Amino acid sequence: MSVLAFIESNNGSFKKSDLEVASYAAALAAATNTEAIALVFNSDDCSPLGTYGISKALKVSTEQFNASSYAATIEVATTQEAATVLICSSSSNSKYIAPLVAASLKAAYVPNVIALPESGTYPRNVFSNKGIAHTKVNSELSIIGIAPNTYGVHENPTQINQIDFNLVSSSSKTQSTSTETASDKISIADADIVVSAGRGLKGPENWGMIEELAQVLGAATACSKPVSDMGWRPHSEHVGQTGKPVSCNLYFAIGISGAIQHLAGVSASKTKVVINTDPEAPFFKAADYGIVGDAFEVVPQLIEKLKAFKSENS
Amino acid sequence: MKILVCISNVPDTTSKINFKDNNTQFDTTAVQFVINPNDEFGLTRAMWFKEKSGASIDVISVGDASVEASLRKALAIGADAAIRIDTIPKDGFSVATEIAAVIKDKNYDLIIAGRESIDYNGGMVPGILAHLLGYEFINKCTALEVEGSTVKAEREIEGGKEVLSSSLPLVIGGQKGLVEEKDLKIPNMRGIMTARSKPLEVITPQGTAELSTDVTFDKPETKSDITMIPADQLDLLINHLHNDAKVI
Ligand SMILES: Cc1cc2nc3c(=O)[nH]c(=O)nc-3n(C[C@H](O)[C@H](O)[C@H](O)COP(=O)(O)OP(=O)(O)OC[C@H]3O[C@@H](n4cnc5c(N)ncnc54)[C@H](O)[C@@H]3O)c2cc1C
Repeated sequence: MSVLAFIESNNGSFKKSDLEVASYAAALAAATNTEAIALVFNSDDCSPLGTYGISKALKVSTEQFNASSYAATIEVATTQEAATVLICSSSSNSKYIAPLVAASLKAAYVPNVIALPESGTYPRNVFSNKGIAHTKVNSELSIIGIAPNTYGVHENPTQINQIDFNLVSSSSKTQSTSTETASDKISIADADIVVSAGRGLKGPENWGMIEELAQVLGAATACSKPVSDMGWRPHSEHVGQTGKPVSCNLYFAIGISGAIQHLAGVSASKTKVVINTDPEAPFFKAADYGIVGDAFEVVPQLIEKLKAFKSENS
Repeated sequence: MKILVCISNVPDTTSKINFKDNNTQFDTTAVQFVINPNDEFGLTRAMWFKEKSGASIDVISVGDASVEASLRKALAIGADAAIRIDTIPKDGFSVATEIAAVIKDKNYDLIIAGRESIDYNGGMVPGILAHLLGYEFINKCTALEVEGSTVKAEREIEGGKEVLSSSLPLVIGGQKGLVEEKDLKIPNMRGIMTARSKPLEVITPQGTAELSTDVTFDKPETKSDITMIPADQLDLLINHLHNDAKVI
């Protein structure tokens, strides 16, 4: 028996979400007295995973992502290692593959899990973070998807054994032809800090200060839905219930009223700061820190003060 | 091209979420149900194919009679026929298995589902369905073009997008991007009238056991009180973020 962690790696390095998956797998394996094994794609050196409790890494190398070939490879590893639980992240690739593995191995797929199981049920976010379900698995194999930045990263130094593992090819006709990612930007999914702005900014020409604030903080930029609908910002920045979910450590909401659909998508973020001219804006009820003020005055000052803070603390 | 759009009937995005019967059931009192937003983007893309190349569109939903309002709305928007599988959805696995059983001989070329339902957020119906039918699969699909049986599509990845080639038959998990908000259609009077006479077939489920069960529910902890910072004392904010929240 074992707990198997699916780890994608990002050109060989591990993202925080990878380490969170490793940490969760290790804790679950410890609780059930089994081994935590990782199936790792495209990383030559898996020793960092040992730091988080993984004792064996099966290393696969691929040219590019292919969902059905990844799924087939996971299935072989699951069977070979007699895994009873498969842990994956909430990345786009994980959410693409997990249902395929679930269907093939008749395994329950429990996504958006936020903590270790308690009395036999996994707690998971439902109703776009407005509720938590406690979900019991009825199949022999469970596939557990971890909601980002919830369980966290926990060190547990372990001797790690690294073994090469074969990719299973697929006859799927679905093939990647190219990818486009903004290499100079932090993605919303991976960012610790997200600076988000709404219709209160009045127009696309005013986003310079938002980008500057994000740059000072090492943050990703995001926006409310109407801002992307009006074309002020790209759709990829739209966050909320019908856009991207945000689950970062620090979320700035600038000129965003805090409509229920917006809050549903960002409420999983740990600390939320609101800057809004209207003291009645609903977001103040959901935030940790609030500033009633004009973004056009507050944001430039905040940038200056943060620059000073950063230079003192670096 | 024969298209099937999977419709999930979900609480309107403004709904207050509460649970009843000792927190074992979602409380639907005063909740308005709508077509799942991700499915509505997919339906609208299907309508685009219909208008462009004369595709036929069926819609399907697993649920009791209460989901018929959403199916009728889909017919009013322009779908040709509707199917309801008469059972309360349990988990995503059983929903996908029931749908697969009903449509396996219907030879749909393209099946459009949403990347997830905004109620239980399972996100697994399209992928499981694709596997059960042996169809190609693209998840989080944000653009879709079909020429003959050749497919060009895009999907969302962290920090950008991936361009893919594929072929029919295909299942997608769709989302915004397939069409934009402004493209969404509100049914007109004629659509609503004709929808009444379009076929809506009710099918008895085969009875699939669920692989997972939501035993109880609760609600996330409500926020502790907000700390207000005067707009002219931003140092205070930085201090809090650094020393208390420890996030900068
Ligand atoms: C089905 C459905 C799904 C939806 N999904 C989403 C979603 O995923 N994400 C999302 O964001 N929305 C979503 N919405 C839209 C949502 O209901 C709101 O309309 C939207 O979030 C409002 O965006 P906003 O806060 O930018 O704009 P507004 O509500 O117009 O708020 C602007 C705010 O800026 C403040 N302001 C104005 N000037 C200034 C200034 N100079 N300085 C500081 N503050 C200022 C105002 O006081 C106001 O609070 C959805 C709606 C529906 C119906």
